[in-house]
Formats: sequence, structure tokens, C-alpha cells
Amino acid sequence: MSKVIVENLNLFYGDFHCLKNNTLSIKERKITALIGPSGCGKSTLLRCLNRMNDLIEGVRITGRALIDGKDIYSRDINLIQLRKEVGMVFQKPNPFPLSVYDNVAYGPRVHGLYKTSKDAMEAVVAKSLSAVGLWEELKDRLDVSALNLALEQQQRLCIARLLAVEPSILLMDEPCSALDPFATLNIEELFLNLKEKYTIVIVTHNMQQAARVSDYTGFFLLGELIEFGNTKTLFVNPQNKLTEDYITGRFG
Amino acid sequence: MAKRINPLMLQRIVKAQLWSLTGFTIGILFFIIFFISIKGLPQITLEFLTSNPVDMGRSGGIFSTIVCTLYLIFVSLMIAMPLGVGAAIYLTEYTRESRLTHIIRFGTECLAGIPSIIMGLFGFAFFVMALGLGWSILSGGMTMSIMLLPTIIRTTEESIKAVPYELREVSFSLGVTRWQTVTKVVLPSALPGIVTGIVLGIARCIEETAVIIFTVGSSLRLPESFFDSGRTMAVHFYILAREGISMPNAYGTAAILILSILFINLSAYYLARQFLKKIC
Repeated sequence: MSKVIVENLNLFYGDFHCLKNNTLSIKERKITALIGPSGCGKSTLLRCLNRMNDLIEGVRITGRALIDGKDIYSRDINLIQLRKEVGMVFQKPNPFPLSVYDNVAYGPRVHGLYKTSKDAMEAVVAKSLSAVGLWEELKDRLDVSALNLALEQQQRLCIARLLAVEPSILLMDEPCSALDPFATLNIEELFLNLKEKYTIVIVTHNMQQAARVSDYTGFFLLGELIEFGNTKTLFVNPQNKLTEDYITGRFG
Repeated sequence: MAKRINPLMLQRIVKAQLWSLTGFTIGILFFIIFFISIKGLPQITLEFLTSNPVDMGRSGGIFSTIVCTLYLIFVSLMIAMPLGVGAAIYLTEYTRESRLTHIIRFGTECLAGIPSIIMGLFGFAFFVMALGLGWSILSGGMTMSIMLLPTIIRTTEESIKAVPYELREVSFSLGVTRWQTVTKVVLPSALPGIVTGIVLGIARCIEETAVIIFTVGSSLRLPESFFDSGRTMAVHFYILAREGISMPNAYGTAAILILSILFINLSAYYLARQFLKKIC
């Protein structure tokens, strides 16, 4: 079933035509990878899905992006609700300069959840940390500053912080590019676990990563979606010459 | 051919010169503190701190001037803090760099450059006379708050700008509004800088003289409300010394002034470091 449908989406930075007529559909509880060379618009498309591009001046968007059948660019959309529903993990691990506990509790607190029950809040923190495999390591050190953690732990914590607001879609913007190869493998394993509950869209410039973790892959070039399909098919038997050139390393 | 100086020799000379320049600067500071302490510390007793001035300050203590100083700090900060921090939040978080923000910044810079005696005159003409508040801690506090604004705005702005953009971005991406992001993420991270601005403001209130004479007056009575006139420690010191009333008491007051400013700076430094240790 399609969780996200993008139809004829165009995005302009001022006069620059950044995304050209993108159309794709993202399946529920699958991992969809967006690949392509730097500046091809894959991150920009990702940021369209939680409307983070709204923060940039001079951005104009046409076309539609539907999540669960609802156009997120329509007038009556609740931006706060949308961003709770569609969470984002960034390139660089970016925990708040707070304790581990406060990082995870940040979202629920700000949204006024579990206000009355300390136990409920603690349960959510424990559940979120368990989901990213940090609970065993950190359950006795919840009050240490998140900035003291290793980079991989920090990125896991950022994902836990996101899970605490109970999204259904996770957008990952090159989530492993600041991590070493082993940490990257660990995080990829985490994605495979998370996909049982969440729809994941991952932007990566690491083709092997896309091939390893994703179910579907989209290849972007200069703002155009060149090819989209089943990951295995796309990597083994690409339909488009440009896709083939890119995944065989002839450019990029 | 010009005679070359041995580079090693030159290095030694320059090092010695730079060292002595630095030493000279620090030396002046220590000399002032030492001089005031020698002359002033013997005057300081518990009685000096807790009794009101008698006979124009010829004898008695400085209690009413301490109270007046504390009142003045309180009123000034209560006005300047929300205005200054609010303006800084607006300039950094709610507007993009534009002609308007440049004009606002230029305006606050100019405000910082106005000589305090002119500020005093303005406070006298506007708050004391035109608004009819008379010589009072309220008039003085409002005038002082205008003087504190540029410092508080600038230090707050700088420390807000130092908070990485990524933290705001991730907060927005969690569905958090801009205002919640400011109060929950930005301001806590920027707190040491904001505290620094406020501490500088407190020190300014303690040391300012010209503005206070014009707006708070120089009554030696213990102020009972913000509408009373009063005399701060700095003004008391000025009048005691200038009119030759009592040099020992003037030095005693000066010593308290210097010690309190030293104490405030040290505690601000300590607080900022504690805070940094906690978050890093």
C-alpha cells in the first residue's frame, strides 16, 4: 500500500528549477532509498515530505504530495501534526545539549504528552531507547549529557528522540555519512528492525547502502527522477542508460 | 649595509617589552584595588554597613545607600531584561537580515554611544520633569534601563547566534513551534551569554554616577518605595569626596563598591563555567 504519493512535484529556489515534475509512490513499511549525485535534489525532495523547505526563503512548490491520501500542501494541513507524523534524522548527529533522558523526552514534553504521569514518560523513554538498541547500554546513565556519547550512540539517540513523538514515517537525510563503516552497518541493521513499524525514506550517496537496506530505489539526476523501482531490479537490470552509468560508477 | 640585529636578541627584547606592557596593565588594576583597600578596608565594620549616614555622611554608615543601589539595580533590570532579551530574540529568530534590522542595530549602537551625562539630562527632563515622577528610584531605574539595553541586546544576540542552527532545525522537524524552540532549546543554550549581559548591567548600575544624580537625586533617607529619592553608593562616594565631607568614609564606600563589582564579576564567571560544565 502506498503511504506517500508525490505527483508532478516541482520546486523552485527563486528562478532555479530544482525539482522537475517528480512523481513517485512510497510503500508503507518498506525502505525507499533515494540516490544520485550531490545536488540532484534528493535531499530537497525528502524535505518536501515534512515541509522543512518552508523555512527557506524564496521556495515555491507546485504539484501534490499526499500522505495517507491527504495533500500536505493543502491549506487546512496542520504543520505541527504533519511534522509529528513525519520525523526526520539528519546527516550530522544533532542531540540537544541536554541529558539522554531529556533528549528523548523533549518531543513528548513540548507536545504536552504524559504530563500527569512520570511513569508513563519514563516508559516512553525506555521504549524509544530500546527500539534503537540503546536501552541496555544507557539505562543507568540516563542523566549524562548526550554530547558525551559516541557518534553512533548520538545518532541512535536522535532516532529515539524522534520515535518518542510516535511518527509513522521516518525521513533519513544521509544518516550514516558522519559515521565509520562499522557504526554504519549497525545503524543499517537498526533500519531493518524499524521497518516493521515505520515507513522509511533514506537519502544516501552510498549506493551499496541503498542496495543493502532498501526495498525500493529512486535515482535522481539534476532534479529529475530518472528511474524508480524495486531495488534489486534497479541495481541488477536498470532500464535507463543513465541509471546504469551511475550505479556502475561511470559518473557521480 | 645596515647593521642587522641578531634575531634571537630581537625576539628577547620584544618578548620583554610585550610582557612589561601586559604587566603594566595588570599592575594598574592591582594598584587601584590595593590603594582603595588600604584606605578603605579599615573603615568597614558591621556598623558601617548596617547604619544610616549621620551628619551628611561625616559619621555613621552607608546602609541607606546600599539599599538604594539594590533598589535601582532591581528596577533597571526588571525593565531592561525583558525589553533587551525580547528585542534580541526578535532580531535573531523572528526577522531575516534586512534594512530594518540594520537600522535597529545601528540605533542600539548609537544608544550605547550616548554619554551618560546626556542620558542623565534626558532622564531628568523626561521622567523627572515631564512625566512628573520627580527624583525617584523609578525615574533613575527607567533611565538606567535605557543605558543597559544596548549591552543586553548585543550580548544576548551574540549568544543566541552561537546556538547551532541544526538544533533549531531538528526541533522544528519534531513538530515544535518557533516560540517553543526558542524557550526550550535556544534560550537555555544561550543562557551564559545572557547572564553575562545582565551582570554587566548590574555592575553598570552600581558604578553609574552622573545619571543617578540627575534622576534619583541624592537624598540620604532610607528609600521606602520606588517613588522615593535616594543616593546610591557611587553618588555617596562622589559627594563625600567632592565636597570634602569625609575622606575616610568616602574610601570606605569606594572599597565596598570595588569589592561588590569584583564579587559580581567572579560569580558570573563561576556561574557561566558551571553552566558550561553541565551541558558539555
